[in-house]
Amino acid sequence: MLLMQINTAFIIEKVILISVILMGSLGVAMYATWAERKVAAIMQDRIGPNRAGPFGLFQPLADGLKLFFKEEIIPDRSTRFLFILGPCLAMLTACMTSTVVPWGPDYVTSAGRVISLQVADINIGILFVFGVVSLGVYGIMLGGWASNNKFSLLSSIRAASQAISYELAMGISLIALLMMTGSLSLRDIVSQQHGFWDGHWFTWNVFKQPLGFIIFLICSFAELNRAPFDLPEAESELNMGYHQEYSSMKLGFYLFAEYINLFVSSAIIITLFWGGYNFPFMDKVAGGVSPLLFTIVCVLVLLTKVIMMILFFMFIRWTLPRFRYDQLMRLGWKSLIPLALVNMLITGGVILWVLK
Amino acid sequence: MQKLTNRSISIDRSPMTFSERIYIPAILKGLSITLGHIFKKKATVSYPEEKRPFSPVFRGLQVLNRDEEGRERCTACGLCALACPAEAITMEAAERKPGEESLYREEKYAAKYEINMLRCIFCGFCEEACPKDAVYLTETIMPANYNRESFIYKKEDMLIPHPKKQEGTN
Repeated sequence: MLLMQINTAFIIEKVILISVILMGSLGVAMYATWAERKVAAIMQDRIGPNRAGPFGLFQPLADGLKLFFKEEIIPDRSTRFLFILGPCLAMLTACMTSTVVPWGPDYVTSAGRVISLQVADINIGILFVFGVVSLGVYGIMLGGWASNNKFSLLSSIRAASQAISYELAMGISLIALLMMTGSLSLRDIVSQQHGFWDGHWFTWNVFKQPLGFIIFLICSFAELNRAPFDLPEAESELNMGYHQEYSSMKLGFYLFAEYINLFVSSAIIITLFWGGYNFPFMDKVAGGVSPLLFTIVCVLVLLTKVIMMILFFMFIRWTLPRFRYDQLMRLGWKSLIPLALVNMLITGGVILWVLK
Repeated sequence: MQKLTNRSISIDRSPMTFSERIYIPAILKGLSITLGHIFKKKATVSYPEEKRPFSPVFRGLQVLNRDEEGRERCTACGLCALACPAEAITMEAAERKPGEESLYREEKYAAKYEINMLRCIFCGFCEEACPKDAVYLTETIMPANYNRESFIYKKEDMLIPHPKKQEGTN
């Protein structure tokens, strides 16, 4: 087995990439909070934040500053270590998933050096994402349990059972997709969706797996604890949910981790189903412009798609009312899992007998 | 059974059909409603920059009037304080001294005239009670403030500007 060639340029390249992606996802998450408030306002015929800076663009900074200056309270009867570990874990897992997303095609410099715009091309990329996302439940679970508060505990139990129920359907819907791609690596999945039309059919997976996409989308709503599945933070039932006892920046970490998750899961949905950085007529564009410009265009295309996806998430959130808990479980176990299984069987059959 | 109003709607309790149970048509309907709201007129009035017009009978902050020559009209008769249901008005009367004819219209005037704006309910009874047309309610909203003392408005806070002096300064 060939060990990875480690040299200084490689390390510098990766460090820069990691910092850019980390800062980028933090920045996007920051402005996702602003966008969420704006979208909510626009849909409710309001204006939204407009006092801090032009169009309220400094609002996330002001919010962050406010959270930093708030008094930090750790409840007396809480398990102190776990109480602090909760938000840390939530934030950590939120930031970790972005490592396997390919943010753009490989950039070949004039010296012949290949720079990959993916932090780590793990051959089990999507499995890694699933693992880290399941770990994210621990953040919520620990936070809710360590607070020593009935409501927090209830909501963290809700979060855990919801995440487990929906991960099943999500995983099964993804198996159908993976049977078609034949690879778990996100890099391979993206490169298979090259362009838009391969002469017979669309290359993007959403056109090959529409049912799988819908199931995956619904499950990611549930995984993100977003409306209409935001039962862990149902304000009207559980006061605030698992982060009720949290204050100051620890609360901020929980809220922020949610938005980072929103960004990263949008990126993963785009990568898996909507062609990642691929766009129609990309070969013609690649022939016409310099490789550097082409890479930038690809990254921008990916970011545009991700932003559209985030806006779609927000659009759904401010439209649909929250599910009741039994409805949520019924939808998960009685509708989505059988549907995903049927989708898997059909895909298997098609691959076996039709496509050969 | 006879209906009480013509607005009553009978509820359909028949079991959900298949299209209702898969939610998707209902979700799309909801999404189209929110999509429509994106293009609707905003209901917000950005308050300090734009103000909503008041109704013609709006009653706001009180002012103390002067006559055409700039003399205070108030004679400290106390009728406004008597009429005030919230007991917000207090005053002290004083006699006009020779040489002060240009300041006060009549022989008696209010040396002290205070309205506690935290008590005032802006009913306008003081305006109705005043026999000398001295108190008027304007269209100004009472501004917020930081301490209770600043809500007790003195005579100087409420007197309208002197018409002649204003002409001179402007």
